[in-house]
Amino acid sequence: MSMIEFHDVEKYYGKFHALHNINLTIEAGETVVLIGPSGSGKSTLIRTVNGLELINSGQLIVDGFDLADKKTDMNKIRKNVGMVFQHFNLYQNKTVLENIMIAPRIVLKRDETENKKVAMELLDRVGLADKAGSYPAQLSGGQSQRIAIARSLAMHPKCILFDEPTSALDPEMIDDVLNVMKDIARDSSMTMLVVTHEMGFAREVGDRVIFMADGRILEDDTKESFFDGQPTNERARQFLSKIIKH
Amino acid sequence: MISIITNHWQDLLYGLGQTLLCSILALFFSLIIGSFFAIFEVVPSKTLRIIARVYIEIFRNIPLLVITMFFYVVIPMFFVKVNGFTAGTIGLTIYTSAFIAETVRSGIQSVDPGQMEGSRANGMTFSQAMRYVVLPQAFRIVIPPLGNQFINLVKNSSVLAFVAGFDLMYQGNTIASTSFDTLNAYFVVGVLYLIITMPLSYYMRYLEKRLN
Repeated sequence: MSMIEFHDVEKYYGKFHALHNINLTIEAGETVVLIGPSGSGKSTLIRTVNGLELINSGQLIVDGFDLADKKTDMNKIRKNVGMVFQHFNLYQNKTVLENIMIAPRIVLKRDETENKKVAMELLDRVGLADKAGSYPAQLSGGQSQRIAIARSLAMHPKCILFDEPTSALDPEMIDDVLNVMKDIARDSSMTMLVVTHEMGFAREVGDRVIFMADGRILEDDTKESFFDGQPTNERARQFLSKIIKH
Repeated sequence: MISIITNHWQDLLYGLGQTLLCSILALFFSLIIGSFFAIFEVVPSKTLRIIARVYIEIFRNIPLLVITMFFYVVIPMFFVKVNGFTAGTIGLTIYTSAFIAETVRSGIQSVDPGQMEGSRANGMTFSQAMRYVVLPQAFRIVIPPLGNQFINLVKNSSVLAFVAGFDLMYQGNTIASTSFDTLNAYFVVGVLYLIITMPLSYYMRYLEKRLN
């Protein structure tokens, strides 16, 4: 079954046409990397998937739920679709452990002992078990982002959306975060939609690369044909040559 | 001054008690009502936002005395008889709640919107996100202005004097007019107000320090 399906989706911010006629299908277990210049609509697109932005027309089916239908309960979708933000958005008033445990506790009603066990295992997996009692303000950017990923994983989602997860990080922190993401991508059942400029990540674990500009999907390729062949689209070629040069 | 205290200590003590009781009740209820209207102001529902705006704009912009008189004089004409203490406490609660709503709203809006987005993306409902993530951070931010509101509330409880609420101010007026020692009567009353407000003020500062 497809995890995410966009059919003729349009999105406006007032008069600004943010998403043009988006058609895109992402299968369960796929890792899809979304690239493109800033202002191209990548973030808007990824934010429509869990209903943080609403679409104006077309059809958007996520995990079997129709997001264009007003009767759809967004919280049901969000239980199964995690999100990792550029600026982490960790709960500033909660410890690291609480950041991970709170949603499973109040949303999934997970048993407290089980909840703590899951949280500690995840902290271990992202290499930050010693930070369980720290507050977000005491963490570096790279640590914060790894905690944010652990918080997302704690809900046992079917899909995680990554909205520029490494753009706000110091260069030496980026690898730690990417390694955690690669680790998740190796789990074949997890669907990942990643907005990023990290081409190394796209090359290594991406199944597909989507190139967007001006609110349109201009290229939708397997990573092999995108990186090793040449994108058919001129703008995508230009974008790629600029990114690869650096 | 000593004679004012020795002759009228019972009245003064009673007044202090009434002022304290009115302040505690009004503080408790205005904090709850104010917080609710603050939340109404930021919910997605437009109807609730309008209701909150109307409530806040009306009661923030009418003198406390007018609101109190409404409950003391107007309500008994049509509904039930309300004694001075009750009318004053209700008036003070409503009046202060409008200011508290504005204070708490500004606190909610100064919390990074990413906190709400993170909570929603994590599966929480709007109210869960408010309760567990946004409001705790908002209250921490608004402790200093909230402290001002609380101190104003205690002082504003002197509105009870106008509706025979037997509070400190009322006792002060009575003692001044019967003993003719106005200077000392109001001096003692002033000191008694300080006895309530100073610890409150220090407590709010302590809270502010401890939470940072």
